[in-house]
Amino acid sequence: MFELIGVAIGGFVSGWLAHRLKWSVDKGPRISRMTRYQLALAGGVVTGIGARLARGCTSGLALSGGAVLSAGAFIFMLSVFAAGFTGAYFLRRYWL
Amino acid sequence: MNAPYFASFSTPVFLGVAVLLGVFFGFFLERAGFSSAKKLTAQFYFKDWSVLKVMFTAIVVAMLGLAYFALVGWLDMSQVFIPPTFVWPQLAGGLLLGAGFILGGYCPGTSVAAASTGKLDAVFFIAGIFAGIFLFGSGMPFISGFNDSGALGPLTLPVWLNLNTGLIAFAVAVIAIAAFWVAERSEGPWKLFEKTYGKETGDTSSEG
Repeated sequence: MFELIGVAIGGFVSGWLAHRLKWSVDKGPRISRMTRYQLALAGGVVTGIGARLARGCTSGLALSGGAVLSAGAFIFMLSVFAAGFTGAYFLRRYWL
Repeated sequence: MNAPYFASFSTPVFLGVAVLLGVFFGFFLERAGFSSAKKLTAQFYFKDWSVLKVMFTAIVVAMLGLAYFALVGWLDMSQVFIPPTFVWPQLAGGLLLGAGFILGGYCPGTSVAAASTGKLDAVFFIAGIFAGIFLFGSGMPFISGFNDSGALGPLTLPVWLNLNTGLIAFAVAVIAIAAFWVAERSEGPWKLFEKTYGKETGDTSSEG
């Protein structure tokens, strides 16, 4: 939790130094902002459930776990990429 | 005094270090452009391999650093936290996280970095995470069986495959390099693929 506060601070500092601070919405060119918000919300819900099941997310489990060669970390990572590439095909309307 | 040092710190100092590490993490995430959902999802369209490169670089560097420090006696590996393995939940959780990633455009860490640079979509993603965690908590009684399945404890690859740690570390590094090579080589063919199939391509910058 405290680390996340740091992440927020660090991201802000970097963006500020690079003049990349701006209220903006990152989205694919073919969808509306409203759609993007809904997708983001839905994505967050799915990710939240996934992270609880896996006892970690990409930084805590995949990166740190991978560095100590945890078996679960690699299982997790492979699943993340598998789902990402598969989902990308079905969701390409939203990003490309 | 041997690392890891957390045992010798008081809690406030320890938490302060966590914040500091987070600052660096968030800083470099943003530097790598990972506070942009478009750049992150471009990985899954084979257009931008930064996600894979950054992740693997981080893992290999940290892995080799830990191995080296342990070798020269600077670090007591038995004190280092190894995330416990839960085979089925982590498999399912990974699939969900990947799905959430391509759906929402972020993973938990990058969403915070993105929100801190003003990306409104990231704010929605974070709200979603809280909702998801709440849903998970509510549903815990029903899925606790699955949630604890495949519990193998802090299992590491060397132990699981019964191979030497150095060998595994070397293999991981080699696989990472191979992945980088594939990534670099695939950018040409991909562009050809897109030209052939006339796909509309978005660039990896964000739009306001």
